[in-house]
Amino acid sequence: MPNTLRVLLWIAVSLLGAVALATIALHRGEQINALWLVVAAVSTYAVAYRFYSSFISAKVLALDPVRATPAERLDNGRDFIPTNKWVVFGHHFAAIAGPGPLVGPVLAAQFGYLPGTLWIIAGAVLGGCVQDFVILLFSVRRDGKSLTEMAKSEIGRVGGIIAYLAVISIIVILLAVAALIVVNALKSSPWGTFTIAMTMPIAVLMGVYLRRLRPGKVLESSILGFILVLAAIFGGQWVSEAPSWAAIFTLTAPTLGILIIVYGFAASALPVWLLLAPRDYLSTFVKLGTISLLAVGIVALRPSLHMPPLTRFADGTGPVFAGKIFPFAFITIACGAISGFHSLISSGTTPKLIRRETETRFVGYGGMMAESMVAIMAMIAACVLQPGVYFAVNSPAGIVGQASTTAADTVSAWGFPVSAAQMATLAHAVGEQTLFNRTGGAPAFALGMAQIFSNTLGGQALMALWYHFAIMFEALFILTVLDAGTRVGRFMLQDALGHIWKPIGRTSWYPSILFTSALIVAAWGNFLWQGIKDPLGGINSLWPLFGICNQLLATVALCVATTIIVKVGCRKLDGVRTGRVRYVFITLIPLCWLVAVTFTASWHKVLDPNPRIGFLAHARQLAATGANPRLIFNDRLDAAVTGVLVVMVATILIESGMVCLRIISGSRSAETKESPFVMTRLALEEQA
Amino acid sequence: MKKNTRKTNSIIAAIVRSFAVLVATLREIFDESAYQRFLERSRLQSSTRAYQIFRQENELSKSRRPRCC
Repeated sequence: MPNTLRVLLWIAVSLLGAVALATIALHRGEQINALWLVVAAVSTYAVAYRFYSSFISAKVLALDPVRATPAERLDNGRDFIPTNKWVVFGHHFAAIAGPGPLVGPVLAAQFGYLPGTLWIIAGAVLGGCVQDFVILLFSVRRDGKSLTEMAKSEIGRVGGIIAYLAVISIIVILLAVAALIVVNALKSSPWGTFTIAMTMPIAVLMGVYLRRLRPGKVLESSILGFILVLAAIFGGQWVSEAPSWAAIFTLTAPTLGILIIVYGFAASALPVWLLLAPRDYLSTFVKLGTISLLAVGIVALRPSLHMPPLTRFADGTGPVFAGKIFPFAFITIACGAISGFHSLISSGTTPKLIRRETETRFVGYGGMMAESMVAIMAMIAACVLQPGVYFAVNSPAGIVGQASTTAADTVSAWGFPVSAAQMATLAHAVGEQTLFNRTGGAPAFALGMAQIFSNTLGGQALMALWYHFAIMFEALFILTVLDAGTRVGRFMLQDALGHIWKPIGRTSWYPSILFTSALIVAAWGNFLWQGIKDPLGGINSLWPLFGICNQLLATVALCVATTIIVKVGCRKLDGVRTGRVRYVFITLIPLCWLVAVTFTASWHKVLDPNPRIGFLAHARQLAATGANPRLIFNDRLDAAVTGVLVVMVATILIESGMVCLRIISGSRSAETKESPFVMTRLALEEQA
Repeated sequence: MKKNTRKTNSIIAAIVRSFAVLVATLREIFDESAYQRFLERSRLQSSTRAYQIFRQENELSKSRRPRCC
C-alpha cells in the first residue's frame, strides 16, 4: 500500500475511534447503540497496536528477530515447541480468558456504562497489554522462567517470596469468589443445577470415548460432549417443570457451597482424570464458541444500551458493591483492563511456544486486546438490560429486602423503575423461580446474553434456553477454573512446605496430597462460606478483595518489568549508556496508577468508617448488634489479609525501587539474568 | 477474465490457509498436536495404551498450569 494511503487510513481509523469515544462519553439522556462501544474499542486497539506496541517493540524492548527463543534452543517436543504465532495466540487467549472479564464489567455497570468502558479500553492498551507483552518477552529471554523466578533473580530473594505469596493469595481468593458466583447462579435453580450436574456423566462419557474408542481425538469428543450438553439444557427445562425432579435439584446456597467444597477437594486429591480432563476440554470448547457467538450476535444485532452512561451510584452508595468510581471501578474490572494473573500465563506455557522474539508483540499485546474485547462485550450484555432489571437482579436481599414487592419498590425508588410483576414475568420467561437477589454477575450476564440472542434466533420462545445456556457456560468454566486452581495451589503448597519437611514436597505421596489439598480447599472454602453467610451477599466484600489481590499481583509483575527495563536501559555499549532507561515510563506509569488504585482501595476496605465499605467498621457494627461472632471474625480476617498483602507489595516496591536507584546512580551493576544470545536457525530456514 | 480467476484463486487460497491455521490452533489447544508429537517421539502407534501413557506424561505438567480468572 502506498505510504500516503496508509497515513490516510490510520488518520481515518483514529478519527473514527475519537468520534466513537466522544459519542459514548458525551451522549446524555438518550440510548446509544452498543456498536459505538465496539467501534471505540476496536479503533483504539488498532491504533495502539500499530503505534504504541510497535514503539515498545523497537525502542524499549528492541525485539531481536535473529535471537533464538527457548522454544527453538530447548525444543523437546513436550514443553518447548516452536509454534506458529496464530496457534500460540489462540492457545494464549484460551488460557487468559476466564470468568473475570465477563463478571467484572457486569458488576461495574452499576456506575453506568461509561466508567467501565473507558477503563477497559485505556487500561488495556496502556497497562494490561503492556504488562502481558513485556513479561512474555522477558520470560522468553530467560528460558521461559516464571514470574516468581524472575522476581527472585532480578529484584532479590524477598521479591521472589513476596511474588510467591501474592500468587497463592490470589489463587485462594479467586477460587472462593469463583465458587460464590456459581453458588449464586445455581441456588434455587433446578434447571441450572441439573444441567451442571449432567456435565459430570457427560465428561465421563467423553473420557471413555477418548480413552477407549478414539484415543486422542479430543475435538471429536468435545463436539460430542457439546451436543450432549445442549441435550442436558433441554432436559433441564423438563426437570424444572416436573415437581418431584425439581425438588431434587432445587438446592440452597449452603448446600451448593458444601457440594462445591467437596468437589474441589475430590478434584485435587483423587485421580479423577476421566472426569476432569474431558470437562476441561468441554469447557474450553464451550467458552471459545460462546465468546465468538456473542461477538457475532452483538455486531449483527447492534442492540441499544438501556443503562445510562453514569448512574447515581458513582457517589459510592451502589447496591452491587459499595464504593466510589475511584478506586472501586478499577479493581472491579481487572481482567479485561489489567490483570496480574495474566503475568503467570505470560511467564508459564506461552513463552515456551514462541518461535521468534518478534512474535511476542502479537501474542502478548494482541492476546490481551482480544481479552479486553471480551470485557467490552460483557459490559454490553449488562447494559442492554433495563437498569431496573439489572439492579433487581444484582442487589442483595440485605439492601433491597427479601420480598419481591419491597425489592422492586426499593429499586424503583432509586430512579430505575421495575415492578414485581415485570420481574416475575421475566423469571418465568427464563425458567427461573425468581430473579431477585441473584448477585455475582453471572445471572445478569446470562440475562443480557439471552436478551440479545432471543431477538433473533427463536425469539422469546427460546429466551429460557439461551439464559440457561449462558448459565451453563459460565458455571462450567468457573468449575474448571476451580478444580485446576485447587490443583495448582496444592502443588505450590507442596513445593513450599517441601522446604520445611521433604516428604511433603513429594507430589506423588498420598498423605501429602491429602494434607495440602485439605489446606488449600479449607482456605478458599472458608472465604466461600463467609460469602454465602454474608448478609450483604458476599460479592460486596469478596469481589473487591479479589480485585485488590489481582491488581497487587499486576503491581508485582510491573515492578519486575520496570526493574528489568532499568537494568537493560542502563547497560553500557562501548563504555556509554544506551539511554534506553528513559523509556521506563511504559511500565512505570501503569505501575504508579495501580499502586494508587490498590493502596487507596485497600485503605478503604480496611479503614473506611462506612460499614458497607470498611471491613473493620462492618465488624464493629456487627459487634454492636450482637451478631454471630463468626461474621465478625470474617470481617477482621478480610481486613488482615488485605493489610498483609499491601505490606508485602509495599516491601517489593521499596526493594525494587532501591535496586533501580542504585543502578541509575551507578553503584550497582546493571547485569540482568538473560540467557546468552544464540543466533536463530529458523530465520535462515525461512529464507532458504 | 484471467485477472478475475487469479483473484478468486488467491482468495480461496487465503481461506484455506486461514482454515488450516484455525484447525491447527484448535488441535494445539485441545492437545491433539501434543499427542501426535508424543507418538512421533516415542515411535508408537495411536492406541488405548499409547494414549494412557501420553495422558500420564502430560498430566503433571498440565496440572501445574494456572488457569486465569
